Amino acid sequence: MSNEQALNAAVLRSDRFRLEREADWIRLEAIVTRMEKGQARLLSDEDVLALPTLYRTLLSSLSIARENSLDAGLIDYLEGLALRSYFMVYGTQSSFRRWLGSFFGGGWSRAVRAIQFDIWVALLVMIAGAVIGYILVAGDSDWFYALVPADFMDVRVPGASEEALRGTLFGAQEEGGLAVFAAFLFSNNAQVALLAFALGFAFAIPSILLLIHNMALLGAMLWVFAQRGLTVDFVGWLSIHGTTELFAILLAGAAGIHVGRSIAFPGAQSHLKAASDAGKRAALVMAGVIFMLICAGLLEGFARQMIDNTIARFGVGGGMLLLWLIYFFGFGREGRRPDA
Amino acid sequence: MSGSQAATPWMKRSANPKLDRVMVTPEGVPLNVTIAPAGARVGALLLDLVMIQLISMFIALLCIVLAIPFLDGETDFQNLDGPLGLIAVFYLIASFLLLNGYFIFFELGYKSATWGKRAVGIRVASRDGSRLTAEAVIARNIVRSVELFLPLTFLDSVEAGGSLVDLTAWAGLLWLLMFMLFPLFNKDRLRGGDVIAGTWVIQDVKKNLGDIVAPSALAPEGAAPAASYQFSDEDLSVYGEYELQTLENVLRGDQEEALEKVAAAICQKIGWEPGSGDERIFLEAYYTALRARLERSMRFGRRRKDKFSAEEQAGG
Repeated sequence: MSNEQALNAAVLRSDRFRLEREADWIRLEAIVTRMEKGQARLLSDEDVLALPTLYRTLLSSLSIARENSLDAGLIDYLEGLALRSYFMVYGTQSSFRRWLGSFFGGGWSRAVRAIQFDIWVALLVMIAGAVIGYILVAGDSDWFYALVPADFMDVRVPGASEEALRGTLFGAQEEGGLAVFAAFLFSNNAQVALLAFALGFAFAIPSILLLIHNMALLGAMLWVFAQRGLTVDFVGWLSIHGTTELFAILLAGAAGIHVGRSIAFPGAQSHLKAASDAGKRAALVMAGVIFMLICAGLLEGFARQMIDNTIARFGVGGGMLLLWLIYFFGFGREGRRPDA
Repeated sequence: MSGSQAATPWMKRSANPKLDRVMVTPEGVPLNVTIAPAGARVGALLLDLVMIQLISMFIALLCIVLAIPFLDGETDFQNLDGPLGLIAVFYLIASFLLLNGYFIFFELGYKSATWGKRAVGIRVASRDGSRLTAEAVIARNIVRSVELFLPLTFLDSVEAGGSLVDLTAWAGLLWLLMFMLFPLFNKDRLRGGDVIAGTWVIQDVKKNLGDIVAPSALAPEGAAPAASYQFSDEDLSVYGEYELQTLENVLRGDQEEALEKVAAAICQKIGWEPGSGDERIFLEAYYTALRARLERSMRFGRRRKDKFSAEEQAGG
């Protein structure tokens, strides 16, 4: 029996309603199924253009069916299809490339500027951590062994000779294994950074503790080198990748503090709303942190071993720091008038 | 998010009404969504972990196979170089990406669900009905590292032995439990990452459009066998919407036994003599007549929930 005949013969108005619109629903379902399978590219232009229209038609069909039809199966179908097509029409439709473009084109730096207050807090915490580490080890060198994990020590322990320490700074090791070393450092640092952010969930206190602990380690190392008058050389050796790496860890910690602060003090919003707004802002910063850590890993794995004098090291480290600062505080600003 | 059943008859009633929510689309049409139950979430997570384990084993095998031609007795694993170095770098980066990127990559797709989530039929969505952004997906999955992977490393350290390590393992277990049970203590089944990202996990609905329930009613006027049944108003006034939809299920199911049982029950109720042999036709005819009657009242704003209730005037 053709559709035409069925339409004329249908006793129930609601069945007639269904038979009149069925074809559109089935077409929409075919489009949505295609898209869900990730075959959106295979859709014809007409289908892509028809999607929003078909979706709105479906919503109105659903509203009518709810008021006029008692065919539960039909209403369930429409409900399901409405939800599925809703996700297609309002889904994550930014392709990865477009998202990346908007991310580097200002989204990231805007997010960084949005958590400025937390960055200052994290910076203070980090400086405090380094100072604490330095003072502790200066007061009693046994603290060094408590702060620094054993695999970091090799010859860099309190009381080491100047030559030994200098060797760790300038003894350009043979070129072997640099890439592996860089990759290892990256994944290790990235995990620490991700942790610093995610721990913000517990009111940011663990994030702060993590920052302090990591920087205390640095402070302790600094003391070891300062004892032998190698402060400047040590800072230079560190700066080449450290300006990028520490900046990344600073941002990760700040992101964690930002989330924790929003959960603890949501202000006028509900707790959940405040937490999710902060979380999305912080996640944007975190995506950038991973990118910075990749840069830091490359600098550490290659540049640090290849550039063997302190001046050049300071040059590279300072240059990188300047680059980041210019990007974060100059890029993606909106509504700046040239005369302002 | 709330509404009394009477005011909104279209509100869905699923197996666990506590998990039913209403999401209003930007067009202003309320849609029924159902929060994914905790069991489905756990199942999906376990499937994903197995998946990750398999992929990581595959990566390791691939690296070993690639490395075999370059290995000899004097390989110094502290300073890998050349092709071996490249393989090691590939392994490190791939492992990192797998652990941190697996969930993010799949939840950014059109299905907003990992393989595990797809298998159990759930998906991620944004809580306020807006677009699910990339930031939200990244946020909810970074937090996973604290919820799951960090305590697991604590538990891993048990093999080292020693009492302090035992303590660490217990702390790790407690930590894991705290985050794993977190969804059970809020009504939307949010885990920590969902709270921070403003997302929730809902059930994916995939229903097929069935046939017309009572196709015999479509036959041309007079020729239909169903037309031989004429029901009076009294015959039709014994049931409400709930019974109608139960009958719909029976007709869609098309089980001989069920049809006979229901036909007998209806005949008893309306005082007819049950015939035999054409239960289906009888039921279809009764269904069509009852639905026509109820839908007519509906258009006048009167609904009848089930056989125990009187017709209700909407807004009355």
